[in-house]
Amino acid sequence: MSSKHAGGVRIVATRVPARAESVPGRRVTGGAVAAAVAAVITASVPLSAAAQVEVQFWHAMTGALNDRVTALADQFNKSQSAYRVQAVFKGSYPETMGAAVAAARAGNAPHIVQVFEVGTATMMSSKGAIKPVEQVMREAGEPFDRNSYVPAVSGYYSTNSGELLSFPFNSSTTVFYYNRDAFAKAGVTKVPETWPEVAAAAAKVKASGATACGYTTGWQAWIHLESFSGWHNIPVSTLNNGFLPGTPKMQLGSLHERHVENLGNWAKQGLFTYAGRRNEPEARFFTGDCAMLTSSSAAYANIKRNAKFQFGIAKLPYYADVPGAPQNTFIGGASLWVMAGKKAEEYKGVAKFFSFLSSPEVQAKWHQETGYLPLTRAAYDRTKASGFYSQNPGTDISVEQMIVKTTDKSRGLRLGSAVQIRDVMDEELEGVWAGKQTAKQAIARINSRSDDLLTRFARTAR
Amino acid sequence: MEKRVRFPGGALPWLLLAPQLLVVLLFFYWPAVQALLQSVFLEDAFGLNREFVGLENFQVVLTDESYVNSLRVTAVFSSLVTVFGLGISLLLAWFADRAIRGALFFRTLLIWPYAVAPAIAGVLWMFLFDPSVGVLTHWLRGVGIIWNHRLEGDQAMILVVIAAVWKQISYNFIFFLAGLQSIPRSLIEAAAIDGAGVWRTFRSITVPLLSPTLFFLLVVNLVYAFFDTFAIIDAVTSGGPGKDTEILVYKVYSDGFKALDIGGSAAQSVVLMVLVVVLTIIQFRFVERKVQYV
Repeated sequence: MSSKHAGGVRIVATRVPARAESVPGRRVTGGAVAAAVAAVITASVPLSAAAQVEVQFWHAMTGALNDRVTALADQFNKSQSAYRVQAVFKGSYPETMGAAVAAARAGNAPHIVQVFEVGTATMMSSKGAIKPVEQVMREAGEPFDRNSYVPAVSGYYSTNSGELLSFPFNSSTTVFYYNRDAFAKAGVTKVPETWPEVAAAAAKVKASGATACGYTTGWQAWIHLESFSGWHNIPVSTLNNGFLPGTPKMQLGSLHERHVENLGNWAKQGLFTYAGRRNEPEARFFTGDCAMLTSSSAAYANIKRNAKFQFGIAKLPYYADVPGAPQNTFIGGASLWVMAGKKAEEYKGVAKFFSFLSSPEVQAKWHQETGYLPLTRAAYDRTKASGFYSQNPGTDISVEQMIVKTTDKSRGLRLGSAVQIRDVMDEELEGVWAGKQTAKQAIARINSRSDDLLTRFARTAR
Repeated sequence: MEKRVRFPGGALPWLLLAPQLLVVLLFFYWPAVQALLQSVFLEDAFGLNREFVGLENFQVVLTDESYVNSLRVTAVFSSLVTVFGLGISLLLAWFADRAIRGALFFRTLLIWPYAVAPAIAGVLWMFLFDPSVGVLTHWLRGVGIIWNHRLEGDQAMILVVIAAVWKQISYNFIFFLAGLQSIPRSLIEAAAIDGAGVWRTFRSITVPLLSPTLFFLLVVNLVYAFFDTFAIIDAVTSGGPGKDTEILVYKVYSDGFKALDIGGSAAQSVVLMVLVVVLTIIQFRFVERKVQYV
């Protein structure tokens, strides 16, 4: 979710500077050189150059994911000669979105921009600035079937009438990682399924000295407040978490208080270690420092590359006494938005690129390599048939968490000013971890501060 | 009788000034006017809907407790950076001025950090103090201090102050050293003959004669702490934990560019602009009176 891979660079860099930093760096320059060479070639061969339509694609993928995106663009460019997709890295998720907004205001927006899921409400309400993906596909005459997409994924990026507005390029969800070796050493035989079991396992691991830290988490606001709500089938806000028109009001309540209070107590007891707002804590897990981690399913690639121990993936823990739990977790990651005001032939190129991206082969490969959710059922079936899930146990956990029928409370979160609300959540939670305020105070403050932001947002979005 | 030399005016002075004026117009006045305009509108990210709201953005900003907090953070941060930045560099310059052997070597080393970009300086210190892998964190743990600036606001503040001061010391050092070297030896020798000790000489001769430099650096350092430290904050803490290191200029950025609240952000930058103007006026009216120009 949010700027997963945006923060990614930073943290990967702290742990494995030599590998993680140099590889993407080299690739980026490689891509830049390739682009430069391509530019020279097209310039010197005017006949073919005149025919090629350029499509600008701004993204925020770093590290191994940056390589994959560049490779996808290259693969598409080689597969045909009419269009050329130019993938440009624009910084973290908020930076990429900010750059696209600034460019659109100046009248030279890119064709495609990757916007993280917290920016979704802003993009959706900016009707004049964007062009719905379904419309792009229809006008370009590209085959498009709403029903081929995984509903929990595409539903989040669709209007209430079901029109797909943005292309769900990389969707992740919240999962639980654990260090098998540390569990074996500490004698933890059952993988924790509930939050009290996580605390018990953390105590055992620490007491045995298997690891110095029991449990840590990335993306605290997303995992412990937002996705936590969907998982327990309770609302984050009124109006179906902002899916219905109107000004939603925050509804974080007693279950959130209970969970935050527990985490606060575990932090005091040394069972839970707070290590940062975004994906910084992942490093604490794959270096073997912490035995358990909750984070994005897309952390898989990084953990697999860096962990020198056996690790397992399990479903997000929950509270067993809550009726209806577990329901389903929330989507994270980002989607691709098509900007308005471009030429018809350029939109054709965009449509062709999207068709390419949603083909089962490309999707299946993307899903398997990155840990992002498969976008289409065909990609899921293909991956299953290939035996990938049985060879890499746990990689289907994220799909299983998402593939159930969603409820009004679990479809996701679509709040305006979501970036600021995330910050508010982070700030108030940090206050609890540091022992400066109680869980009750934090939840009350999150509700009231977020409501102010929502009211303000409602006035600009009409 | 007219004593000043007068040059025949005309187009030439303006022509010579033109490049600089153009830069100032383009990069200062134009954005400033834009900020003023935007601060009275409430609009969406893409500027599709625009509503004139008068001073409402200012009212929202000034009653927002996180803004008040940001003011407090900025006050703490900029005074720490200025006091330590000036203090340490004056001390270093004092020593370098008295150094007999290897003076050039020390001076070169001390000037080096100035060549480092703020973001790099920030990242450098971030690595040293990284809660998981930092070298200094490891040593601190050895003496019983648990360093985690991602959680402890005071530690985060200390870290950004260290990074900002370290970066600015070189600049201050150059000016202090030049100032010290321009103090006539004869004065210091005369003081020594009169029986003044090191401290007395410093207080009665060095400081008064150095006061123009001190005043200049005070203004420059405050402006530096207010604006140029943005990259350090962004690289090291991103304003966190909580909002414990969110200085005003960083809040303008995060509200405007990350959260896309353009009106609110513009209002903040106008307030910031006014604040700096007021601070500078205060400095020139009250502090400068104590400055003794030779």
